[in-house]
Amino acid sequence: MEHIKELLYKMADDALIIGHRNSEWTGLGPTLEEDISFSSMAQDKVGHALNLYQILNEQHGEADPDALGFKREEKNFKSCHLVEYPIHGITKTEDGGLASTSGGYDFSLIRQFLFDHAEYARYMALTESTYRPLANFAKKVKGEIKYHIIHADTWIQQLGNGSEESHARMQNALNEVMPLALGIFEEGDFEGQLISDNTFIGEKALKEKWLEDITPIIERSNLKMPNIGSLEPALGGRKGYHTEHLKFLLDEMTEVMALDPRAEW
Amino acid sequence: MKSLDPRMNRLDLIHENRIQTDEHKHWPTYEVFHQKKRGDQVRHEGIVHAPSPELALVFAKEQYGRRFKSANIWVVKSSEIYTFRYEDEDIFDTAPEKKYRDGDYYKVREKVEKFQKENNMKSGVSTNYFGI
Repeated sequence: MEHIKELLYKMADDALIIGHRNSEWTGLGPTLEEDISFSSMAQDKVGHALNLYQILNEQHGEADPDALGFKREEKNFKSCHLVEYPIHGITKTEDGGLASTSGGYDFSLIRQFLFDHAEYARYMALTESTYRPLANFAKKVKGEIKYHIIHADTWIQQLGNGSEESHARMQNALNEVMPLALGIFEEGDFEGQLISDNTFIGEKALKEKWLEDITPIIERSNLKMPNIGSLEPALGGRKGYHTEHLKFLLDEMTEVMALDPRAEW
Repeated sequence: MKSLDPRMNRLDLIHENRIQTDEHKHWPTYEVFHQKKRGDQVRHEGIVHAPSPELALVFAKEQYGRRFKSANIWVVKSSEIYTFRYEDEDIFDTAPEKKYRDGDYYKVREKVEKFQKENNMKSGVSTNYFGI
């Protein structure tokens, strides 16, 4: 069952970290309606993480969900680099370093677009999984994630076809985020087994489906698809090697709990 | 000035070249209608601000469709709604006096039920209206 645990952990960790990141927009969103929508979707993600940790706990004897979310060391997380970055995004400075872009909603929207399409395709494939707990869960939440991609698709098309500035910011963000997004599809050690017993279609097939789904939206948004073959995917997350941002995020996320780990809530 | 909220400091919100939004310059509003299940009437719930009908739907879903069971949501640009003027409200003045025009003005339920019982008829058919 190690192969199923591997799949559950990377899905759960991605959901928890992107959910926590996106919740950082709460109260700071560009408009009231968008703030509420984005916060609500962030909550959905944390809910997905909880459900997946529960499966790990109940079916595979792993620790309880709170412990898995809040008391694991950074190196035991299997999240991809894409979800770890701060919400204001990244941009290269002249000396080759990284700095935050001002504002950054462009980064967060493109991240949602690329991440949630991969997640939706993953859950749709998992509705057919031979591993029943995951197939049942996928059937239950696929509609929720469908709304997340409708939200992203609508915004990308709105801004891609908007003003010169909004178009340029979408294109820059797309170029920036794409190598990180390709890291979603990093294979784990048990990839072959997941495919051979029909638990999951596998990361290669998922990436093909993902490209098929996002390409027409990018075209309708008047944006240019980066040359995928020439990009260096951000790998390492699935093996426990993370960006410097994850440790910082985990420290902040667990700050209150760390004051009194045995407190009852 | 530093905020107590670490997110605020990270976002670098105090920025010299920040874009200023003009006062009262908003996106247009859309009226939101909610439908519980297919075939039901839609009910007006409120408004959302949005730059396009598509985004109005996206916002309306989270604003008005997440707490109840929903089959669909409609949005209509507020400026597309036609209304009377409130100063003409007096055109409705005598309406409350004309209850006799409504079927349910006539309280006959008890009589109908008694008749049905005496004649071994099934109840359950609407008995609100006179003459059925």
